[in-house]
Amino acid sequence: MKVSYFPGCTLKNKAKDLDMYAYKSAEVLGITLEEIENWQCCGGVFTTAKNEIATKLSSVRALKEAYAKEQSLVTVCSACHNVIKQTNYAMQNDKDFSDTVNRYMAEDGGYFGETEVYHYLEMLRDLVGFDKLKEKVVNPLAGKKIAAYYGCLLLRPSGVMKMDDPENPTIMENFIKALGAEPVIYAQRNECCGGYVSVESPELAKKNSNAVVRNAKAQGAEMIITACPLCKYNLVKNGADIPVVYFTELLAEALGVKEDTNE
Amino acid sequence: MQRVGVFVCWCGSNIAGTVDVQAVSEALKSEPGVVFSANYQYMCSQAGQDMIKEAVKEHNLTGIVVCSCSPRMHEATFRKTAAAAGINPYMVEIANIREQCSWVHKDIATGTEKAIILGKAAIAKVNLNTPLTPGESPVTKRALVIGGGIAGIQTALDIADAGFPVDIVETKPTIGGKMAQLDKTFPTLDCAACILTPKMVDVAQNEKIRIFSYSEVSEIKGFVGNFDVTIKKNARYVKEDICTGCGACVEKCPMKKVPNEFNLGMDNRSAIYIPFAQAVPKVATIDPNACNMLKNGKCGLCARVCTAGAIDYTQKDEYINEKYGAIVVATGFNPISMDKFDEFAYNQSKDVITSLEFERLTNAAGPTAGHLERPSDGKSPKTIVFVQCVGSRCDACAEKGKEYCSKICCMYTAKHAMLTRDKYPDTEVYVFYIDVRTPGKNFDEFYRRAVEEYGVKYVKGMVGKVTPEGDKLKVQASDLIANKQLHIDADLVVLAAAIEPDKSARPLATMLTASMDTNDFFTEAHPKLRPVESPTAGVFLSGACQGPKDIPETVSQAGAAASKVIGLLAKDKLTGNPCVAHSNELMCNGCSSCEKVCAYGAITYENKEFRMPDRTTKIRRVAVVNPAVCQGCGACTVACPSGAMDLNGFASNQIMAEVDAICK
Amino acid sequence: MNNQYLREELIRQSGVNPKKCMKCGKCSATCPAYDEMEYHPHQFVSMVESGDIEPLLQSESLYKCLSCFACIERCPRGVEPAKLVEAVRLSAIRKQGENRMTANDVPALLDEDTPQQLLVSAFRKYSK
Repeated sequence: MKVSYFPGCTLKNKAKDLDMYAYKSAEVLGITLEEIENWQCCGGVFTTAKNEIATKLSSVRALKEAYAKEQSLVTVCSACHNVIKQTNYAMQNDKDFSDTVNRYMAEDGGYFGETEVYHYLEMLRDLVGFDKLKEKVVNPLAGKKIAAYYGCLLLRPSGVMKMDDPENPTIMENFIKALGAEPVIYAQRNECCGGYVSVESPELAKKNSNAVVRNAKAQGAEMIITACPLCKYNLVKNGADIPVVYFTELLAEALGVKEDTNE
Repeated sequence: MQRVGVFVCWCGSNIAGTVDVQAVSEALKSEPGVVFSANYQYMCSQAGQDMIKEAVKEHNLTGIVVCSCSPRMHEATFRKTAAAAGINPYMVEIANIREQCSWVHKDIATGTEKAIILGKAAIAKVNLNTPLTPGESPVTKRALVIGGGIAGIQTALDIADAGFPVDIVETKPTIGGKMAQLDKTFPTLDCAACILTPKMVDVAQNEKIRIFSYSEVSEIKGFVGNFDVTIKKNARYVKEDICTGCGACVEKCPMKKVPNEFNLGMDNRSAIYIPFAQAVPKVATIDPNACNMLKNGKCGLCARVCTAGAIDYTQKDEYINEKYGAIVVATGFNPISMDKFDEFAYNQSKDVITSLEFERLTNAAGPTAGHLERPSDGKSPKTIVFVQCVGSRCDACAEKGKEYCSKICCMYTAKHAMLTRDKYPDTEVYVFYIDVRTPGKNFDEFYRRAVEEYGVKYVKGMVGKVTPEGDKLKVQASDLIANKQLHIDADLVVLAAAIEPDKSARPLATMLTASMDTNDFFTEAHPKLRPVESPTAGVFLSGACQGPKDIPETVSQAGAAASKVIGLLAKDKLTGNPCVAHSNELMCNGCSSCEKVCAYGAITYENKEFRMPDRTTKIRRVAVVNPAVCQGCGACTVACPSGAMDLNGFASNQIMAEVDAICK
Repeated sequence: MNNQYLREELIRQSGVNPKKCMKCGKCSATCPAYDEMEYHPHQFVSMVESGDIEPLLQSESLYKCLSCFACIERCPRGVEPAKLVEAVRLSAIRKQGENRMTANDVPALLDEDTPQQLLVSAFRKYSK
């Protein structure tokens, strides 16, 4: 199966791991990620104001390209996923917005949110299936207690993301189980790390990140996995004393392709 | 030709303010059949009615048109007036020139023109009216109460007290409902069991009352006065009439790890069980999903220890048919699931509980024998946070929660907080509230005592997140008065979960053809004036199935429902509504279209002999309407392809005459 | 009144109906940036509704909101306070010369692990 793939700014720079492991693992699972040509940065955060149009056009371009190829659009980064899904939702549901956007991009017909957007985790759950993923695991991570860190962007707003229950999610926990490890449930898993406010107020990011790590450890976690480069940055920078890794790295390890990727 | 009298009402200024009533009565004078037309300030007053009676006498009227308010208000009044004047009450027509005219128009000319048109339509119709006589049907003098909580119990006792037999159908193995699970009751703090169990015993001992426990209603047919009900008695694998409730089987049963529903899963019961000591009927029940003998034929211990020989592993579900004159719905409520509210970590920590679980934790007959212990480790909680309005008062579009106020939570939370401080004065107790709603006799005084005498810390604000960490629950909340975010290390968090109607209510409403609101609460016939009757005749509402209610309110409503049932059962015969459908059998071709659309099951078919033009006879299948069941909705008259179905009082030619009069 | 126009503009562009608020305070209870803020999410809702917007425009609170959508997710009335915070912030920074962050600020913010995502997000929130 082929899907369109939106890597995002950080995945081509500071979070190359997140990207490479995603490619390699998808191949093993029978999915080819076809990178959107000339993709542009999603902007990192969705601007909720209804009269913000230009900031959302890069997402629309990516969505339109996937639509033209009759493919679903997959993202790995939590932020890209959030921005692109929210933009797509607005294209579906906010007629003023979609009309304006379509006028901006008038060259080739209208777009009204037809593309299906998947986060890589959703792709694993809905297109591959965790059962099938489990079958493909060659290095089960048995006995490892792993805390899934959702942060804010993966799940919320739940009515738009439609990924999982925003307060009691299971997708990453089931992912961890499929890899043979043991998920750790902790309440701070869906709280914000401090996000971009770390430039404005590093203490706030420190407080939030520490609360996340402390809670995960108190509940027995030996490792935290995330889908978001900014979450990883904030957690690590603020002194996480257990490993914080991208979920794709763990996936590649379990599928036995981590070494290939690093070569 | 009818001799019609027209009476135009001013309704004070309600009608006369935007309708020129004089012009209306003048204009209608010249309509076909009209021999008298007048207007008056209040037609519904005694003087107004007398005016009608005199006009009937003086002008020999055969038909009456009253141009006034909605027929829902005063049609019955004017029909009685007509009857008193010696005219068939169904020769009265109402033209609604208030709700549908004067109230919606601002301009007198428009209002007057429309009132005249509406009057003309009513006159056209009354010219085609025929006298109608309501039929009668007998009344089965027995009532069915569905649900055996405090609502059902009180209703059954009151009906039985008036001398009528009553059956209670309860899905659980015992009656008692939610009240049996409560510890104390607000605002007087009497023990729930102490006031409930005597009533349960009364029910058991009352010769007029039968209890079908562990049973459910599976089919309802018939109509007011004549309901035909099938009750499914689930196999409990214990002969109810032989079991003495000694409990020896419960003691000996080896399957002791079944979550105990009565204690909301906070402790275990055995596979054969009696829900609680004062259960009624006090007989054992075997849980087929947990019993080894029933699952794989291995065990049989309970049968061996039962000296009475009551155990019967071969027992089957039993179906009982019974006739009833009236049905009372008392299906009650449940707290909503907390699954969608995991910001409070209900699924993550055993020490986050609902208020009903708190009741069991403080109840002497509960899993901790009444000692307040944390479910996780049995330690006494030193800091308790109560969260109000969890899932209540949510936006209608929200994906979780209910739009309504659950009404009982403010008071039971005050009770829990007060009792905790009373028994464990070294415990810190916080209550987070949006509003404290305490309308009720001695309710606000009760809440104030919790604050002023017992030192419960009421905080205006909400809890936003609960994080279980180590053996603490880290509560993050807002204090809106202090304009602060609070961080409390709590040992126990208690959620005042919204309440919702029992899940059995919706399918039951379908069986009863009784209406419900969008929240699955049963709808009353009138929110103010007929609060305990369903719009479906013969179906009455008792307790929380109609809306959130506390115990005093439930008991009041239960009594009111009982009095309505008694009023019905005291009658020997019921007068029906004569405005029902009838089939012209010469035109009916027996196609079954009408039967398919009839929501009340009022239409059956019979084979009838008809004489043909050539003097032979032929048997044809034709529709027959049971006038006692027909509600006069008219669906069949529309569905009938041959025009054989018609509705008394609303015949097709009458409706067409009205339309013609309006369009003329 | 000037404020009335601004109030309507904020309501229109945020799509938030502050009248739906029942003043329960759950937004402020759940806000992870609460202690950094002078005006808290529930105050944004009530102050915009009452037209008391000037203090909000001047407040540092605008730059402390994480856009984590916790208040949006957990509001029982579907009020979406974060969208109002964003609308007020845009009103502040859309004025000429009022950008919170400029390209000149970037070098000071960098360390060797700083993800691009951090900078683009901050720019989107703090600059127009």
